[in-house]
Amino acid sequence: MNIQKVLASLLRDRTSQIKNLFVNYCLPPLLALFGFFLLCGIVLQIRQQSPLEFYSIIFVSAFSSLDDFGYVLFNATPLIFTGLAVAIAYKSGLFNIGCEGQLYVGAFAAAYVGIHLNLPGFLLIPLCIGSAMLAGAAWGAIPGFLKARYGAHEVINTIMMNFVAFALMNYLVTSVYQEPGQMIPQTPQIHEAAQLPRLASLSPILPLSNPLNLSFLFACGCAICCYIFLTYTRWGYELRLLGNAPDVAAYGGINPQVVTIWVMALSGAVAGLAGVAEVLGYRYRFLDNFSSGWGFTGIAVALLGRNNPFGILVAAILFGLLNKVALDIEILLEIRRGLFLAGQGVLIIWLVCTEGISRSRN
Amino acid sequence: MFDLIPTTLRMATPLGFAALGGIYSERTGVINLALEGMMLIGAFGYIVGTQVSGSTWIGLLVGMSFGFLCALLHAVATITFRAEQIVTGIAINILALGITEFLVPTPEQVGGLPQWKLPFIGAYSFLVYLLPILVVVSHILLFKTPWGLRLCAAGESVEALATMSLSRTKWQYLGVLLSGVLAAVGGCFLASEVHYFTKGMTAGRGYLALAAVIFGNWRPLSGISACCLFGFATALELANRWEVPVQLLNSLPYILTMVVLAGFVGRSRPPASLGKMES
Repeated sequence: MNIQKVLASLLRDRTSQIKNLFVNYCLPPLLALFGFFLLCGIVLQIRQQSPLEFYSIIFVSAFSSLDDFGYVLFNATPLIFTGLAVAIAYKSGLFNIGCEGQLYVGAFAAAYVGIHLNLPGFLLIPLCIGSAMLAGAAWGAIPGFLKARYGAHEVINTIMMNFVAFALMNYLVTSVYQEPGQMIPQTPQIHEAAQLPRLASLSPILPLSNPLNLSFLFACGCAICCYIFLTYTRWGYELRLLGNAPDVAAYGGINPQVVTIWVMALSGAVAGLAGVAEVLGYRYRFLDNFSSGWGFTGIAVALLGRNNPFGILVAAILFGLLNKVALDIEILLEIRRGLFLAGQGVLIIWLVCTEGISRSRN
Repeated sequence: MFDLIPTTLRMATPLGFAALGGIYSERTGVINLALEGMMLIGAFGYIVGTQVSGSTWIGLLVGMSFGFLCALLHAVATITFRAEQIVTGIAINILALGITEFLVPTPEQVGGLPQWKLPFIGAYSFLVYLLPILVVVSHILLFKTPWGLRLCAAGESVEALATMSLSRTKWQYLGVLLSGVLAAVGGCFLASEVHYFTKGMTAGRGYLALAAVIFGNWRPLSGISACCLFGFATALELANRWEVPVQLLNSLPYILTMVVLAGFVGRSRPPASLGKMES
């Protein structure tokens, strides 16, 4: 009898917990997405194009075949990394707007090592990844250091570092490391040993043209590692404590300056991995301006995923889907991709507003 | 050296308007990363307005009202709904980039704004002459009048406003809306010089203007000097006279801003309650 009571109350607690989780974490993003598609439909109706056709194309373009879904996951790969990078910084109360720059320096470092070292793959690939993480970490640590040592706001500094990175990459790739005999601002190809295999070559269910590669699995692994790091390690605890209660953190003997620096470095390192996905996984070289705002989309991904690594995984796949759909819609219905970009902006504003309202209510 | 002056002025003017806007917004305590989007939407409004009406004045007006709407969105989200200011600003930039790409106007060229010719200086759009006047007026308004003191108090000391039973919200709305209109004027100037619209034509100028705000220590006169410096760097870059990599000149404003923000040169003092919202 007694045991039954305890079990029943436990069950009740669980259900109310799940309900809370749903209302607080899942409902706002779901509503935002619903609103987004509704908005797209209304805009199309105004422009006298059929919303129904639009909705059907969304499903066809994303889910009609494994090949299509492969493209979705491929698009999601860099966004998983940038989303995680933004979330890591955000958990400690810092904003990393510099993912865009960090992923460029990371990509270049990976390409540099991949071109200049001639080693077998099992050595070369980790070296490429390591150097990309180091470069990204350095790029992130500078704003972190300036914040910790001089109190300079990391938002401004990460933005400035973005532009410095763009300029530096442009210089390197047009003046120093440009592929000989090419007009395109790109480096030569990396060694074959450094190229990550496509999943299509490992399993026959995907057609060989599909660009989905090992970096996607790597990104999933990274999300799991981030979850473990944030939830179960001492450093993750320090990081979260600094974000949630800076005073308590200081009282508990955590040095906020040291944590600020390594958090920004870690965030930059993860953002650098997004560059690895591009260079080792897809293009096999560094191309100037290859990213289409992944660093900024990462902010939206982290927001939609509620800064939870698994939430980010889902959110990134969703954004990957949106990108894929946007491309197909542009070709099939002649609706410019800008619609989706604008929708992304509205979605972010909606999410931060709901967050702001709930914060001021508490 | 003197032949660089025209380019410097043309480069500094859009930055100057946006930076002035940024100063108004940040002085009331609202971080405005949306300057980039506001400039872009202003440029878009100018081109569309001029194409539809045939008058550049109407174009300027349309551009300004688009900037106003953009700023209204920022203000409602950040001030009324307490949304995270930094994220909202970036979202507005994304939104502006998306909308202007979605509705991209026909590539038909439009005329520039009326030019005034002055001896020794040359012929420039009237906005180039308007900017220094606005800067001086803003300086006097912000630092020498009760109106300006109240506006600054919204970003410095919320308690001071409260003791005078003034509403912080009202001043913050004013600051953000002003910043939207001014940044949009900067965008209009840019569009009137280029004569047509291209996707993402502001190319980071809004962020550069924000850098100028910080470089100028949130003061109009120093801010405009920073804009002139940045404009001069761009002019040098375009002239490409020496064997310096253009990218170095390109990134100089950003590096300088970081140095100033860290306090290596002078002392950077942002408004005390910048980005802080009482709940």
